[in-house]
Amino acid sequence: MPVTKPAVPAVAGWFTTDDEPVLLGSRCDTCGVVSFPPRRSGCPNPRCRGTELSTHALARTGRVWSFTDAQYQPPPPYLSPSDPYRPFVLAAVELDADGLVVLGQMVAGCTAENVAVGQPVELVVEPLLETDDTVQLVWRWRPQARRAEHA
Amino acid sequence: MPDDVIVLGVGMTAWGKWGRPFVDYGVAAAREALDDAGVDWADVDLIVGGETVRNGYAGYVAGSTVAAALGFNGAQVATVYGACASGAMAIGHGRAQIMAGLADVVLVVGADTTPKGFLAPNAGERPDDPDWLRFRLLGATNPAYFGLYARRRMHLYGATESDFAKVKVKNARHGVDNPRARYRKEVAEEEVLASPVVASPLHLLDICATSDGAAAVVLCSTGYAARRGAADGTGTGPAAGHGRPAVRIAAVSTVTPAYPDTGLGLPDIATDSTAVVAPPPRSFRDSIAHTAYEQAGIGPEDVDVAEVYDLSTALELDWYENLGLCPTGDAEDLIRRGATALSGDGPTVNPSGGLACFGEAVPAQAVAQVCELVWQLRGEATGRQHEGARVGISANQGLFGHGSSVIVVR
Repeated sequence: MPVTKPAVPAVAGWFTTDDEPVLLGSRCDTCGVVSFPPRRSGCPNPRCRGTELSTHALARTGRVWSFTDAQYQPPPPYLSPSDPYRPFVLAAVELDADGLVVLGQMVAGCTAENVAVGQPVELVVEPLLETDDTVQLVWRWRPQARRAEHA
Repeated sequence: MPDDVIVLGVGMTAWGKWGRPFVDYGVAAAREALDDAGVDWADVDLIVGGETVRNGYAGYVAGSTVAAALGFNGAQVATVYGACASGAMAIGHGRAQIMAGLADVVLVVGADTTPKGFLAPNAGERPDDPDWLRFRLLGATNPAYFGLYARRRMHLYGATESDFAKVKVKNARHGVDNPRARYRKEVAEEEVLASPVVASPLHLLDICATSDGAAAVVLCSTGYAARRGAADGTGTGPAAGHGRPAVRIAAVSTVTPAYPDTGLGLPDIATDSTAVVAPPPRSFRDSIAHTAYEQAGIGPEDVDVAEVYDLSTALELDWYENLGLCPTGDAEDLIRRGATALSGDGPTVNPSGGLACFGEAVPAQAVAQVCELVWQLRGEATGRQHEGARVGISANQGLFGHGSSVIVVR
């Protein structure tokens, strides 16, 4: 009987893995500026001297700011989940709140023909790769069909 | 004038892919620049190297490596790294030493040997390195970012793949007669569009290669030039023995982005947030050129020739606007009517053929841009000369908030 490997984030502390996952940024306790990825070195606002930052859950929906695809396999440290390699789509998404654009792959199986600038998307978590002991997870963007109807 | 720095000599290898040690290229370019300047290596009192990160320790100390290869002469040494801006930073350091009166003659060298295919992070597991993470988590190569910028142009300004291809056609034509270019053949728009898609909407021929190559410049003070009879003290006099105009460095800009940076620069996974702090008045790329213009006391209307970083064809269109050669959203009009070609009615952009004909040799490239501008201003750019060029500007952007612009004038 195959043993189920534990699923863990491929990078610690950047996102949650529950049913409605969110990216975890940091928020400056002094000036309120939000950042992603979470920062270790204090507030990025040069006019703020804040060094205390709190974890801040970013908006989990947004609209595609731009997108592209990877028709050729990227070099290591990228590890292809499939052999032969299958191209994937990358989308830069303007979040519905928080005032920033976050890059991520579109969900597996998505092709560039099925993506448009301005399209609503939501955050999901999918397997990135398998190691000897774990399945590593990463955030992805999934087209949000229902909101598109009201757009 | 203590703030004038003269470009006394330039040198540059042909760009290619030979896999020889980077120092071989660096020495060849350095010797050519010294010969061009009529300066003995023994008389150089500062050498500045652009670091290469893919050639081991010798690359990390490129200034010293080239100095040792030429034979140590007791000069001061420095090596700088700023991604694609490395060469301009090296020129900036040499220029500042001259302006401060700490050096009279400076040799600046950038040289690289590059691997085949995508540029990738150094080996090893480095989950704290943003450059490593963007590959591991997202597979986001450099061309992926170029694809994102290109698609954004299409969305905002109605650019087409055909517009992008026209940049390649123009630059390929410029490079045909450039003896140092790696690719020297004309390319038709149809060939660009028929080449495989790498990062949609960009095709293989929209994206620059990585190359081996080296470029060098010899900088000096006006005092040194005057003592040699190379200038009349204002930097505008004829160079004795060469019968050519003296070219001055009027600006070196290596500014960082201002917070919040709303461009998705490499290797960023997200932009800064504009929710609390409003964006600065200029984008990062705009500010690179703006700072150079302010330093030189000139404006875009004065530019005759520009060497800009066409890592992708679409990026060249962005640069037209970042340099102020046209209003935002008008770059497609410039390329469609051929304004930026040698035969066009505007400033010539990438008369050398640009990265489209050279490929990128990271620490050498910003020096190579200046070499081309100097040849243009001297009237020595045979087969690709913008007639009567007096003002040249370079521009590039690299990883981790690096970018540069150099203005040369005669």
